[in-house]
This record gives sequence, structure tokens and C-alpha cells, in this order.
Amino acid sequence: MISYIARRLTVGLLLALSVVTGMFFFLMLTGSDPARGALGLYATADQVATKRIQLGLNRPVVEQYLDWLSNALRGDLGISSAQNVNVIDLIVTRLPVTVSLALGAVLVAATLGVVVGLLAALKPGIFDRGLQIAIMLGFSLPNFWVAIILALLFAVNLGWFPATGYVHITDSPSRWLLSITLPVISLSIGSIAAIAQQLRNSVITTMSQDYVRTLRSRGLPARTIVLSHVLRNASPPALTMLSLQFIAAMSGAAIIERVFGLQGIGAVAINASGNSDVQVIMGVLLFTVLIVVIVNLAIDILYAAINPKVRIS
Amino acid sequence: MTPLSLRGQRVRPWRAVLRNPLGVVSGSVLVLIVFASVFAPFISPHDPNLVVLSESLSPPSGNHPMGTDGNGRDILSRLLWGGQVSLQAGLIMVTTAVLVGVPSGLIAGYYSRWFDNVANWFSNMLMSLPEILIIIVVISSLGSGLAPTMITLGVLASPDLFRLTRSTVVGVRNDLYIDAARVAGLSDFRIIFRHVLSVVLGPVVVRISFIFGMAIIVQSGLEFLGFGDASRPSWGGELSTAFQSFQRAPQLVIYPGLVIGLTVMSLALFGTALADTLGVGRKSVRREKRSTPVRPVVAPADRRGPRAEDARRGEALLSVEGLTVGYPQEDGTFTTVVDDVSLQVSRGEVLGLVGESGSGKTQTVFALLGLLPSGAQTVASALTFDGHNIAGASEKQMQAFRGKRIAYVPQEPMSNLDPSFTIGTQLTRPMRNSLGLTKKEATAKAIQLLKRVGIQDPARMLASYPHEISGGMAQRVLIAGAVSCDPDVLIADEPTTALDVTVQAEVLSLLRSLQQEREMGMILVTHNLGVVADICDRVAVMRSGVIVEQQDAVGLFATPQHSYTKALLGASLEGLPARATRVETEVTRG
Repeated sequence: MISYIARRLTVGLLLALSVVTGMFFFLMLTGSDPARGALGLYATADQVATKRIQLGLNRPVVEQYLDWLSNALRGDLGISSAQNVNVIDLIVTRLPVTVSLALGAVLVAATLGVVVGLLAALKPGIFDRGLQIAIMLGFSLPNFWVAIILALLFAVNLGWFPATGYVHITDSPSRWLLSITLPVISLSIGSIAAIAQQLRNSVITTMSQDYVRTLRSRGLPARTIVLSHVLRNASPPALTMLSLQFIAAMSGAAIIERVFGLQGIGAVAINASGNSDVQVIMGVLLFTVLIVVIVNLAIDILYAAINPKVRIS
Repeated sequence: MTPLSLRGQRVRPWRAVLRNPLGVVSGSVLVLIVFASVFAPFISPHDPNLVVLSESLSPPSGNHPMGTDGNGRDILSRLLWGGQVSLQAGLIMVTTAVLVGVPSGLIAGYYSRWFDNVANWFSNMLMSLPEILIIIVVISSLGSGLAPTMITLGVLASPDLFRLTRSTVVGVRNDLYIDAARVAGLSDFRIIFRHVLSVVLGPVVVRISFIFGMAIIVQSGLEFLGFGDASRPSWGGELSTAFQSFQRAPQLVIYPGLVIGLTVMSLALFGTALADTLGVGRKSVRREKRSTPVRPVVAPADRRGPRAEDARRGEALLSVEGLTVGYPQEDGTFTTVVDDVSLQVSRGEVLGLVGESGSGKTQTVFALLGLLPSGAQTVASALTFDGHNIAGASEKQMQAFRGKRIAYVPQEPMSNLDPSFTIGTQLTRPMRNSLGLTKKEATAKAIQLLKRVGIQDPARMLASYPHEISGGMAQRVLIAGAVSCDPDVLIADEPTTALDVTVQAEVLSLLRSLQQEREMGMILVTHNLGVVADICDRVAVMRSGVIVEQQDAVGLFATPQHSYTKALLGASLEGLPARATRVETEVTRG
């Protein structure tokens, strides 16, 4: 088990390394100019040239990359070229917003997805048909549009939730919950659909396995068989789907944050992109990819806990 | 494969989709949307960029069917034109995804050497990237034009097609016709291009419809974030403008969202209809219907003439009369697999149920256990267990019988153990449930049972998972499980067929000795007359769902009545010297 976790972690970290490496060279070699981005359109060529030297952009790209990497490993992601703030400070203040949304969305999706998927698999006929249509709608409606509609209905018209703004969990847990409820719901709808669909299909497949019949022949109640044996055997594909949905939520949060005026990491990245702020972009990328690696590792561990074959090999 | 048949294969599914109502409706909507977008210059009522500030935010009217936006521009016209951006975006993304994903999947799946490893690594990497962030990075370098963003998204979506293509190719790579093509001297390129690609085509086309939908959603999301060409109307851009004035004119948010939703939904539904037609079945798993409980029927008197077994019925433990099992077919007909079967088994008696594969033996015993596969319909004029009428018993009532009164030993040992639970859990759960034992008591009993069925290290076996034990061991575990709740009748469905020849005799004698020491009634389903000769007291011979002959084992071998029985005996016994070797003789193979 420990060697399995170590292996998964190594693979994850290698993935993260190749992503940030690839993106660093991509940014540097395809025309991003942090000096111009920092000074704006009206700066003179001389000013830009001075700034380039000041930012060390005149050095070979490989040297800049190795510099960035060794600093990053020591926990220093540099200074934003556009805003003159420490990149880590900037990200750490914004990260909780995005992570709250993405984790919240995945938790909601996992819970509701399992319930909906199980019900659809076990209750054929109109119920299943209805859920299939709901699943199709969840897949087809853009989540940011759903977010606007939800904001319109429940925040603007009914006033149940704040329409904009994020409350830190340490300031007021209840207001934190209210501030992320609508964003989390809109972010999770597609994921609920994806997980429910996946689970429905794998539950139906599992139900027709020989061992399910044998368990029934032993007189075990249907509830035990479904909730324990069938669910456990049907969940690995749904878990894989869950990890994909977390990545999608980290990504989709950037748009949902815009709808609800939340200052998350998406807004940071969009700003940085406009200013060609390479240090900030790289910082955001590194943090996001590392979070994805951590969540994937957690899901891998869960996967191993469910599937004994994975644990042993 | 000739070009002609290849073409035939391609055309037929498209026609079939058009017979599917879902396919027709979603297909028509798609055609309409494409038509409206492409011909927007001719059909849109206004110039989409014409700003008339005096008509700002005007409500729907004859002149502006959907009203105007904050700048007085006609919304209908803007949505019609906006479709062009979405369609272009989808085309670019899908083309990229196909160009990257399909060839790499073909090569990785067909050759599966180092390229497979490298491609898999890339595929995993791409899948762990949050797409919007990557797009933001790309935009910061290459600008927010449609081409760079959608090409990037296409690359990010390509693992989907890569994995699909790769697994499909791996699935057919070793098929006989591919081998035949290889032997015939066709080059790898030709094999991949002409044979493998035609297999992959269907599933890929289905996925493309979903990727196209994804493209439309993500592209409009990027427009919403402000990454787009502001001078060109687009659905996402409309949503963004509407959002900016949504306090004053909330209705404007509705249209673009509905258009996007309708388009994506039609694509997804069309993909589903296509998948159903092609039998790809990735999105819609076919569900089996629930089987109905055995229904008692009163058979007409003339059909129920005196039977040889009637005299024995009083002492029978399990007795069924006039059992008929059938499955309704999709074309409305009804296929009968078990026809008017009557069987009895008494305490301490072994009844052999003999017949070739497909004769209805297994269906008969599943009907007795109430475990028929879903969709089956069953009737019987009488079904009694130890005096209780169990015809028409509910699932709950049958639950109380199963395990404790009637138990079941399956044919295939490995697929009948739950791979995710230890042997211990699978053995103790039914005992705790049916006999009300504590965990400790159940474990102790499980250890005794495992010893009894000849397992050397029971404690270790309890902690093992099914994939860690051999088929013979698994079958012993299943036998231990079957007798764990002290049943009165044991139904064994070809319990030795899947085992090694050396193990078969051991398992058979184990069943026999357990049956004798516990005085169980046993129904032994087999196609092996040697097994019958060894341990059965009475034999019923089945053919095409009907019992053609039923008598004592001794009598059956000495004086078979039915010509089919004679044929069976003739096929297996002729020229066989010793009785002992008959254990391994099979009448027919399935």
C-alpha cells in the first residue's frame, strides 16, 4: 500500500513538473513580454528594454527556467512583474475561494451523483427516464448560465443569498456557507450529471454479475447486496470520473467566480494573462496542478481501499 | 473487405438513426441551427452590429422578435450570426481532437510498444490540466483568436479520442480477420487504414458529437470572460452583454443560454441515438428487466394425466409441477426455454438433471431458486417446499428460503465470488444474516466449514481475496458457503465443469459426502453421464426445455426409454471399459 502511494505520488509530481516546464517554455518562447505587460502600451522602447534587463528577461530561457524552478523548490515564486507583490502572498489570499468552490462542488457531486445514479439504476421506467433527461440537461446547459439564472432568482429576487462577494470561513462560517452555496450548486450540476450517469451504468453492469446472483442465493437482503457489494464494485469508474470532475471544477471556477464577483484564482490568472505577468501565471499553474495532484492522490488511495487488487500489486 | 461492403457499413447506420425518433428530432434541430447560422446574412432581420441607442433594451416586438440589447442591437440577428462563431469553434476543436487523438490511438493500440507508453503519459498529463487555465496561458501569448484557443482545447480533448481509439484497437487487434489480413501479406498501414479504422469509426463519431457540444460551451465561457472578438456577435458574448445589464433586463440572459443548451443537447441526443443504432452503448447501458415471481396457474385437467412421480409427492421436499419459463422478445414474440417441467426431490435424494447445453437445465434451477435473470416470465401449476407453497412468493419471502432452506452451488467458481471482499466476509455475512450468529460465532463456523471442505489453512483463506486463490479452492469455498446456513436442498449447477480434471472428482465426492452426512436433497445439473452414474439416485433427462424421461439411475442406464436418452448413452458409454473413468466422460461440450 505504501509503495503504491509512493508510486502514485511520484507519477503525480512528475506530471506537475512536466506541465510547469512545458508551460514556462511555451510562455517564454511564444511572445509573452512581461516587461511590456508591466509598463503598458505607452511605454517607450527604451523603458521596456531597461525593464527587460531589470526582470532578467535578457538571459537565456533555460537559465531563467532553472532559476525559477530552484526558487520554486525553495518556496519562492518571485514577484509579480505587473503588480509588484509577492506571488505566493497573492495566490495564498485568493486560493481559498477557488478551492472552496471546487472541493464543495466535488463533494456535492459525489453525494448527489451517487444517490441519483443508484436510484436511476434501481428504479427502471419513468423514474430512470426522468433522471436521464435531467442528466442530459445537466450536461447541456452551460454552468455559468445556470449560475446567472440562480443568482437572478435566489440572490437578486428572493434575497436568500448574497449575489456577490466571498466571506472568509474564519470570519463567519455561516456567511461563508451562504456566499459559496450558489456558486457551488452551479459548478456541481454538470459533475452530478457525469457521476450519476457513470454510476448508473456501472451499477446496472455490476447487478448482472454472477456473484450478485450467488449472494442473493445465500439469502442476503437486497439492501445489503446493493449498498455494500454492488456499490463497491461499481464505484471505481465513478471515482475516475470524480477526479476528472475536480479538474473541471478547478477550471470552471474561473468563470463562476466572475458571475458571483468572487476574487479567486481565476481572476488572478485572467489579470496576469492581460499583463503577460509570467511569474503570476506560473505560480497559479503550479499551485493548481499541485492541488490536482493531491486530490488525485486522495482519490487513488480511495480507489485502492475499494479495490484489493490495486493494493497488492 | 471490399470497398463496396465498407461503404454499405457506413451508410446503413445513418439511415437507421433517421428511423429513431430521438435521432430525427435532434438531427432536425441541428440541421436547423446550422442552416440558420450559415444563412444568417440572408435571413437575419437586421444588421447585428447596428447600434440604435434610442431603441436600447426595447422589449420583444414585431420589428425585434427578441427585443434589443443595451446598445439597441437586434438580439435575434445577433444570435443568428453568433451561431457562426460557435460552429467554427466546434469544427476547429473537433478536427484538432480527431487529428491528434485518432492516429495516435491507432498507432498506440496497434503496435503498443514504446509509443504506447509515451502516448499514455501525454494523455494522462493532458487530462490532468484545468482547461480554462491553460487557455488563459495560451491567450497571454498568442492572443484570444478563435484558432489558437480552439486548437488548444482540441488538443486537451484529444485524450478522450485517443483512449477510445486505443482500447477499440486493442480489442480487435488479435481478432482472426486482422490475423488473416496480416497473413495475407497486407502492410500494417493498409490493415490499420482499411480494417481497424472502420471498427473505430462508429465510436469516434459518437464521441465527436459530445466534444462538439463541449466546444460550444467552453467557447461561450471564454467569450463570457471577455476573451473573444468583440466585433463579432457570439452566443457567449451575448450572454456576457446580457449579464452586464441583467439587473435592468434579466430576460436577455435567457435567450443565449437556451440557444447554447438546445444546440448542445441536440448534439448529445444525436450522439446517443447514433450510439444506440451503432450498438456502441457507451452512453446508454441496456438494462435488463426484473423477473416476475413464479405465477401459479391451474393447468387444464386433461394435460395433467397421472404421472409416475405423483406417488412420491407426499415425501418430496421440493416439488414443482408444470414449470414453464419464457422470455418476451423485442419483436413481440415469446421464447419458451423451459416447458411444462415437473420435478421432485426428497430428503437425502440426489436428482440428476441431464441434458446438453441450452436444454433449459440452468433456467429450471434458477426458477426454483427465484433467481432467474431479469425479464424472465415464469408460471407453474404447483411449487412447494417442505409443504409450503412458494409459487408467487415475494422476493422477501424467497429471501427467507434461500440459503437457509435451498442453497446453490454455481458453475464458474471465479466469477461467483465478489472480487472486492475477503472470503471471510462473503462466508460470514449470510450466516450472521440468516442464522443470527455473532461475528465471532460466524467466523468459528466458517473455519469449521472450510476445514470440512478440505482447505488446509482456513484462517488464511478467510483473509484472502478471490483473486488470490485457485479455481478449485474457490469452488470449495462456494460449496462451504452454500451449506453454511444448513440448507435442506442443495442445487448444484454443473459444479465441476469449470474445474481441472484432477479436481473434478474430488469436488464431486465432497458434494456427495456432504449431501449424505447432512441428509440433504440435491439437484445436480450436469451434462456428464459419468457423474450421474456415480452419485445420482434418480435422473431427469432434458431436451429443448422439456423433460423427455425421468427414472431411477440404475433403470436409466439399464433400460433407457426415450430415444434421446439412448442416443446420449450411446454417445458416451460405447467402448468404455471401467466405470471409474466415466467421471471424465462428457456427453457433449457446450
